[in-house]
Amino acid sequence: MNLRKSYPEQPERIYFFGTCLIDILYPEAGLAGMQLIRREGVDVIYPLNQTCCGQPAWNSGYRDEAREVAAAQMACFPEDYPIVVPSGSCAGMLRQHYPALFAGTPQQDAAQAFSERVFELTEFLSRVLKIKLNDLGKPVKVALHVSCSARREMGVANEHQSLLQQLSNVELVEQERKEECCGFGGTFAVKHAQISAAMVEEKATALVASGADALVSGDCGCLLNIAGHLEYRKAQLPGSHIASFLWERTNAAEG
Amino acid sequence: MQQKVEFHDRAGKALHNPQIRSNFRYAMDGLMLKRLRSFPDLDELNRLRLRSAEIRANALARLPELLEQLEARCRENGIQVHWAETAEQANEIVLGIMNRHGAKLLIKGKSMVSEEMELNHYLEQHGIECLESDLGEYILQLAGEPPSHIVAPAIHKSRQQVAQLFKEKFPDIPYSDDVDTLTRNARDILRRKFYEAPVGLSGVNFAVAETGTICLVENEGNGRMCTTIPPVHIAVTGIEKVVEKLSDVPPLLSILPRSATGQHITTYFNMISSPRKPDEKDGPDEVHLLLLDNGRSHIYKDAELIATLRCIRCGACMNHCPVYARIGGHAYGTTIPGPIGSILEPQKAGLDQLGELATASTLCGACGEVCPVRIPIPELLNRLRFERVRQDHTGATRGQGGQRDPWEARIWKAWSWVHANPMLYRLSMRMATGLRWLLPNRLGPWTSVRTAPRPAAKSLHTLAREKGFDHE
Ligand code: SF4
Repeated sequence: MNLRKSYPEQPERIYFFGTCLIDILYPEAGLAGMQLIRREGVDVIYPLNQTCCGQPAWNSGYRDEAREVAAAQMACFPEDYPIVVPSGSCAGMLRQHYPALFAGTPQQDAAQAFSERVFELTEFLSRVLKIKLNDLGKPVKVALHVSCSARREMGVANEHQSLLQQLSNVELVEQERKEECCGFGGTFAVKHAQISAAMVEEKATALVASGADALVSGDCGCLLNIAGHLEYRKAQLPGSHIASFLWERTNAAEG
Repeated sequence: MQQKVEFHDRAGKALHNPQIRSNFRYAMDGLMLKRLRSFPDLDELNRLRLRSAEIRANALARLPELLEQLEARCRENGIQVHWAETAEQANEIVLGIMNRHGAKLLIKGKSMVSEEMELNHYLEQHGIECLESDLGEYILQLAGEPPSHIVAPAIHKSRQQVAQLFKEKFPDIPYSDDVDTLTRNARDILRRKFYEAPVGLSGVNFAVAETGTICLVENEGNGRMCTTIPPVHIAVTGIEKVVEKLSDVPPLLSILPRSATGQHITTYFNMISSPRKPDEKDGPDEVHLLLLDNGRSHIYKDAELIATLRCIRCGACMNHCPVYARIGGHAYGTTIPGPIGSILEPQKAGLDQLGELATASTLCGACGEVCPVRIPIPELLNRLRFERVRQDHTGATRGQGGQRDPWEARIWKAWSWVHANPMLYRLSMRMATGLRWLLPNRLGPWTSVRTAPRPAAKSLHTLAREKGFDHE
């Protein structure tokens, strides 16, 4: 994996790739991500022709279908601005897998150049914007779930954690086996539903046992899975996307 | 030979077996911790992984040439070399050697290749007794079960289950569930057999082309006994285990046991270069090296998938796999289970047979992260998912396109059509948000343990436009 070692200066303008899951299920997280960036004095553009990064088809083996969708996305971000993505998983697709998806096609070089402009949200906030957060919220205990792609593909687990640690009234609590997958895995959750269920049950049990009041994650796939299961078992542990969480705790109007 | 996987059924059974669940969880947690502790210096680990990957990749890049060199050096050293294209041929070769010596008992050290060959079964059909001398393998032989892990074959059994098994099989020995006592009892039973068996069999960890040396890593000393006490020693290996030089061995030997069990070095490390020489006190009179292909040369032909063959069988990928930790090794239904099994076995048996295994992963990346020879297992799983449904039939992978489901293919076509057309996509979003209260509360397997997702009232596209993020 070509994990990033150096980061650019703060740009004037960025593109925001919202992801399809956020678009339909967690739009407030996408909005919060854009507001956090705009508050730092950076112009944020959300191209309306964007849809999905193509990962579902890519991970299911349907490469032609994934490539068609991916090509349509690349066309949405023509200027040379950074592209910020509020998901480790989709950022991983755009950054790590687009070059492989287009290898040997006329768009190979374009895909490579495109992928190098991609940043996951928490790395962009902490590494590029060097954001300083002022916590306005009440004391709360938070358990963080870092998605496998954020942790391993994008290498941004520390960035997730350090942003939360900036919040003075937030206590991060540890969970058992925090590095283990929650069992989402896209179509895996449906194709291998029983295994996925066993995984999310254990993940949720560890989170509840951590004593947290809230669950925070940078990936809506994991949230959909874990929070959906917590709600199903009627546990009092609400989940939110890290962007929503950061925005709500630092925005005077909402505080 | 390999059965088509009824993976779902076996995985389901394992998931509902509390003993299996707790045995694996406990064992995998322990193995992960041991590995972690044995690599205190992450920079050293990364350097060693790079070096080990390079050694294995270089060897595979020159595989045909190195195999010829290995054969020539072995012959010069007095080791007899045999080639088998299929498991059946390999079995016949072993039987031939046994028959030439009129041998009726084969004592075996741990060998996954012999499991792949189903050698015990084959020889028993020909009236030859096989005796496993590795403790874990011996336990499984008593129980009549296959291994569930490549390094710790009986890991699915608790100490109490082993004690119970011994009680059933050896009613004369007093019951004990103390590990040391159980080990001592097994050792007493096995020890005598080493002197009776005319032929011993072992696996191979590395075969050095430069010197014609067979390297064997083990902890119990049974490997050394199998390869020195009986007058004849047969070493069986897959053709991919060759390395170029003797100096390639130390880095691999440094990373293998640490990745596997967290040991810095195993209790025994054997290097076998020839039969006994006239002035030597021990060692076999005959040494045979049996090199098995069984589908490996097919994997070798693909520039990306060849990385599968780098594997040094440490088991770290299964120890760290959240799927394996829950369903155990038997659920896979293959000789090699876990992440490496899910890339290796479908390529050997054909994707039409075992391609489903490539889908039994969340692609969480834990396996690729720990693999000492840096096999990009998640990427190869993704590649095999493509191979199992692709239509164009180019390339070498066996059973290509064999699991393409026309219904599923049509869904992805439609999905792609919608997501490559912004107008259609926005229309479908408007329908989903507009009709959100009409969507079902039950969504197949998803809602068996989760609430159904509910679309938001306004999509991010709508919110972005309302808040002025849609233009410069
Ligand atoms: S694939 Fe890698 S981690 Fe898995 S057994 Fe082989 S060498 Fe070990």
